Amino acid sequence: MTTIYAKCISRRGWLRWTLILSAAAAFPGRAWAAVARPKEAFSATALDEALAALGDAPQVHEGIQFMTPDIAENGAVVPIRIQVDSEVLPNVSKVSVLVEMNPNPLAASFDIPPGTEVYIETRVKVAQTCTLYAVAEADGQLYMQSRETKVTLGGCGG
Amino acid sequence: MHRREFYKLLGLGAAAGLSLPSLLRAQPLGRDAYHLPRFGNVHLMHMTDVHAQLLPVHYREPSVNIGVHDARNRPPHLVGEALLRYFDIAPGSQAAHALTHIDYLAAAEQFGRAGGFAHIATLVKRLRADRPGALLLDGGDLWQGSATALWTAGQDMVDASKLLGVDVMTGHWEFTLGTDRVMEIVNRDLVGHINFVAQNVKDMDFGDPVFASHTLKEINGVPVAIIGQAFPYTPIANPAYLTAGWTFGIQERELQIKVDEVRAAGAQVVVLLSHNGADTDIKLASRVTGIDAILGGHTHDAIPSALQIKNPGGMTLVTNGGSNGKFLGVLDFDVRDGRIRDWSYRLLPVFAELLPPDPAMGDLIARIRAPFAEQLTQPLAMTDDLLYRRGNFTGTFDQLICEALMDELDAPIALSPGFRWGTTLLPDTAITMEDLMAQVAITYPGVTLTEMSGAFLKRILEDIADNLFHPDPYYQQGGDMVRSGGLQYSISPLARAGSRINELTLGSKPIDATKTYKVAGWASMQPVESEPIWDVVERWLRAQGRVQGVRPNQPEVVGLQNNYGIA
Repeated sequence: MTTIYAKCISRRGWLRWTLILSAAAAFPGRAWAAVARPKEAFSATALDEALAALGDAPQVHEGIQFMTPDIAENGAVVPIRIQVDSEVLPNVSKVSVLVEMNPNPLAASFDIPPGTEVYIETRVKVAQTCTLYAVAEADGQLYMQSRETKVTLGGCGG
Repeated sequence: MHRREFYKLLGLGAAAGLSLPSLLRAQPLGRDAYHLPRFGNVHLMHMTDVHAQLLPVHYREPSVNIGVHDARNRPPHLVGEALLRYFDIAPGSQAAHALTHIDYLAAAEQFGRAGGFAHIATLVKRLRADRPGALLLDGGDLWQGSATALWTAGQDMVDASKLLGVDVMTGHWEFTLGTDRVMEIVNRDLVGHINFVAQNVKDMDFGDPVFASHTLKEINGVPVAIIGQAFPYTPIANPAYLTAGWTFGIQERELQIKVDEVRAAGAQVVVLLSHNGADTDIKLASRVTGIDAILGGHTHDAIPSALQIKNPGGMTLVTNGGSNGKFLGVLDFDVRDGRIRDWSYRLLPVFAELLPPDPAMGDLIARIRAPFAEQLTQPLAMTDDLLYRRGNFTGTFDQLICEALMDELDAPIALSPGFRWGTTLLPDTAITMEDLMAQVAITYPGVTLTEMSGAFLKRILEDIADNLFHPDPYYQQGGDMVRSGGLQYSISPLARAGSRINELTLGSKPIDATKTYKVAGWASMQPVESEPIWDVVERWLRAQGRVQGVRPNQPEVVGLQNNYGIA
């Protein structure tokens, strides 16, 4: 089951709603997963394989805004953010996150209900320095943006 | 290399101010060396990376400071003669000594020590007398780097910088005091005195800002915004547990939003007080619009002129103010009818002998030192060698630390972090406890003895080499290469990540990827309960009695032709 948490936080006298969509990969529910979970893509062990399981080769699209850290503070929990501008790229029905060098590159896949503005914040594990991909499916086509995130042993700075 | 071509390349105009003309002469200076007539109506003084050096120091600038790809042969990656030629500075002059390693020993003896808070205080007062409303900005790495700063948890530097009149600051090593201590200082000591600003430090849970992102000050009627940029990679370069719950990063997009916001709020001058490091600032300046100047630090580069970096919104000045109190930057803007008409930047070397100490600051420093006087001045050994740290690959002081680690921990290999702070000792002087602490005073000093495979050793070196030589400065961290004892290698800065380090040997035998080696080190990223590095080196120094013949373990640098970052 893809869970949606709605958090109501009162801070500084105003309310802010945060929608945190947890990754389907992290909480694979039974009944729902059978319908939505791209099983083959999740079990793929190479980037090309995982992408192929999602659909045809994705094209780079400026409507997708993909934020990842240049250097991860902690490779085990790397914060990422995906925003899709629906005026530039409408009808997005699915968003996937891939981490090139992970044992299973597909880290998360989100089903987007019609009429939803895509804004996803989550954390993924990044095993080593590599390229991360945000892939959006719209009208049966795949679109993407990518960024390199470095995972380093650290130390020695300054 | 033609200087004119570089000027053109950089858009470095003739207006870019060099140091004071009199400091460029080889002759000794008179009393008026620091008279700098007022220019314009918005005045900013900038110091950075003081590393808690309250007293005047020697600090040898690097003879190896390599720039690769876009940064090749461009400031700050010019050393020695190449730097002098580029900036038109007379060899043998006081400025040449401040900026280069050339003929270091003779020049250090001729011109004396640099910096020192009592001398900086005199200079700041003189500049303020001619520049009403001037602000003093500190770019961070102020509260760490000395024995007294460590033993007072930064209190000595907090008190001294308040007396000096620092108006705004940001941070990096400050954070290694731990989040509680930092917040205690910010919320108790700095209130009403110093604005601690950092737009890129957020709470990890909700992304709430930890510090004020900026401050808006009025200078002679002109609204000026100072935005803070803390060191983006603090939890990576330093132990993450010291800043638990905080997240950093360059946060370029958020910075653009902040710049637009302060402009909309009426700021006529927007300055970024940055601890990014010079190369990162140069890239940032080419992408973010609406910043008039980035006053930068972290990489300890003393760049005598402001670089003019073009971006889609116009031009941003980028400076880097050196380290250890050796320099004070002075940036003046002439602002009329809401617009900057002209500007002037000078990087003033602070020569202690030319500036009488300020009595009030002198008194405070004496009071700070009094309780520790005996420990500080304890001689541990004599040195026959010039002991320094700064340089991309090694320094004699680091070599000494590596030797001490290998001997005391009985390991064939030692690794010591490539910090850029650490002062210089001239030959034939005593190494005191204070001198040693100036190399090792950190809050995570425990020594380690680790079994590592040859493959892992290579990975460590590759990782750190990538932090130094990644083609994109946003992926660099601004430290130097880890120092190694026992281990020899060659390095190809231009090679791809993972294949820069070659010919790893121990003694004359190649390192075997599958074999295990005993490696001594310190400054671990994980909490360790062990003897602090200063005890280990102190014991070793006392046993030596006299340090002589320290030969820096310089790797073979491969594949760099006509690179003026190597002397």
